[in-house]
Amino acid sequence: MHHVILERWSRGRSPLHRRDPRFKAVALLVFLVVVATAGQRLPLVAAVWFLLLCGTAVAARLPLAAAAARAGIVLSFTAVFAGISWLAGDPARALSLILKSYLSAFAVLLLVSTTPMSGLLHGLERLGAPRFLLMVAQFLYRYLFVISEKAQHMHRAALSRGFGGSRRRSGRMEAAAGAVATLFAKSYGRAEGIHRAMLARGFNGQFQPLEPLRAGAADWAFGAAAVLAPIAVRVAIERGA
Amino acid sequence: MTAPLIEVRGLRFRYEDGAEALRGVDFHLEAGETVALLGPNGSGKTTFVLHLNGLLSGEGSVTVCGLPVEGRNLAAVRRKIGLVFQDAESQLFMPTVLEDVAFGPLNAGASPEEAARRAHAALDTVGMAAAAGKAPYHLSAGEKKRVAIAGILAMDPEILVLDEPTTFLDPPGQRALAGLLEGLPQAKILVTHDVPFARALATRAVFFEQGRIAAEGGVAELARRFQWELPVKEQAERRCGG
Repeated sequence: MHHVILERWSRGRSPLHRRDPRFKAVALLVFLVVVATAGQRLPLVAAVWFLLLCGTAVAARLPLAAAAARAGIVLSFTAVFAGISWLAGDPARALSLILKSYLSAFAVLLLVSTTPMSGLLHGLERLGAPRFLLMVAQFLYRYLFVISEKAQHMHRAALSRGFGGSRRRSGRMEAAAGAVATLFAKSYGRAEGIHRAMLARGFNGQFQPLEPLRAGAADWAFGAAAVLAPIAVRVAIERGA
Repeated sequence: MTAPLIEVRGLRFRYEDGAEALRGVDFHLEAGETVALLGPNGSGKTTFVLHLNGLLSGEGSVTVCGLPVEGRNLAAVRRKIGLVFQDAESQLFMPTVLEDVAFGPLNAGASPEEAARRAHAALDTVGMAAAAGKAPYHLSAGEKKRVAIAGILAMDPEILVLDEPTTFLDPPGQRALAGLLEGLPQAKILVTHDVPFARALATRAVFFEQGRIAAEGGVAELARRFQWELPVKEQAERRCGG
């Protein structure tokens, strides 16, 4: 499954994996803003940014081709809007959508591929992100796999009882709606079970990190470089226009 | 005479939908004992054990290691009584095995270093030291069960409560689990339908029926009295697919 591969990558050992998640998160946020607001000579700026991201992936010892391809998944969504812009006679906007969405996805992928989820959530919490939201993200990440497996089991059970054969479309929709409702009820039951298991082990509403975050000189140096490099690239190319 | 580790008097509980799950349960657990809770589905066994660490609260009294199970004592009670849930999947919610096992000690106020040390020791006890860095969803059912038990052992409880511990385990897994539990010094409560498993471990059994304890005695005696094992002929027919 997709997030299982990212989970495996995030447990790698590289200088980038060792950096404090807070610095990586801030660098990502700055990069996303710089990308989103870029306009002049975008193709050239985007090409240099792409090379920067590729260099980061190599430094993180990630499989470059696989990482770059995975970031392309976002194009299946943005291509629709890019297509509409193209058809409306605005090919520049279409290209901008494609480039910006791809670079943003690649950058996000690099963050989650070099930071274990627990460390990332802890870093975001220390940066002031709402704790409740982070807990939801953590459980979603952990149990998405379990819920999707349950959905697959239900689908197989339905197929083994002839689902999808000669039934009318409306009948199939009805059965699918029932399955979604059952899945929701099961997920709710699972959530109750998890909550009980947490309380039974003394949970008091706050996750205690096993590895506290400690920022060192290398983290500050990385943070400064990661924030300034994409800005410098954009300024240099735009001024040279 | 020493006080029992667990003492329950007149425990009654009704769910929000009106179903009366416990109708006056009296129970005690002494140090060193392993007690099997037998009985049909819906007889109140799981509801009963959820009262032991205050996850449910009914009428009557529940005392654990001399502490009444009530609001102000819940944190202390939950350190003394380790509950292993039937579905280990619900218990393993952290991203890695090590973080999951360290969850309890961290909540109890241990430093990260101490929590990691206790987690490693507990994983070693259950034979899962090599899985410390793995994500829980990569484990087999038997491994998940072992890690769930490690998560409880890391809290160094005085009592272990295991709800249907053999569910999802194949016979070798059940044997390994029985061997593991036999070597643990804590007093234990086993909620189970598995009579051979209970017979291998329990010093005493109680039989639940319709929210009450219907009988107490040896596992073999209660299994016979309540016809809780398949007759030999029927077992043989099952094995042959008959």
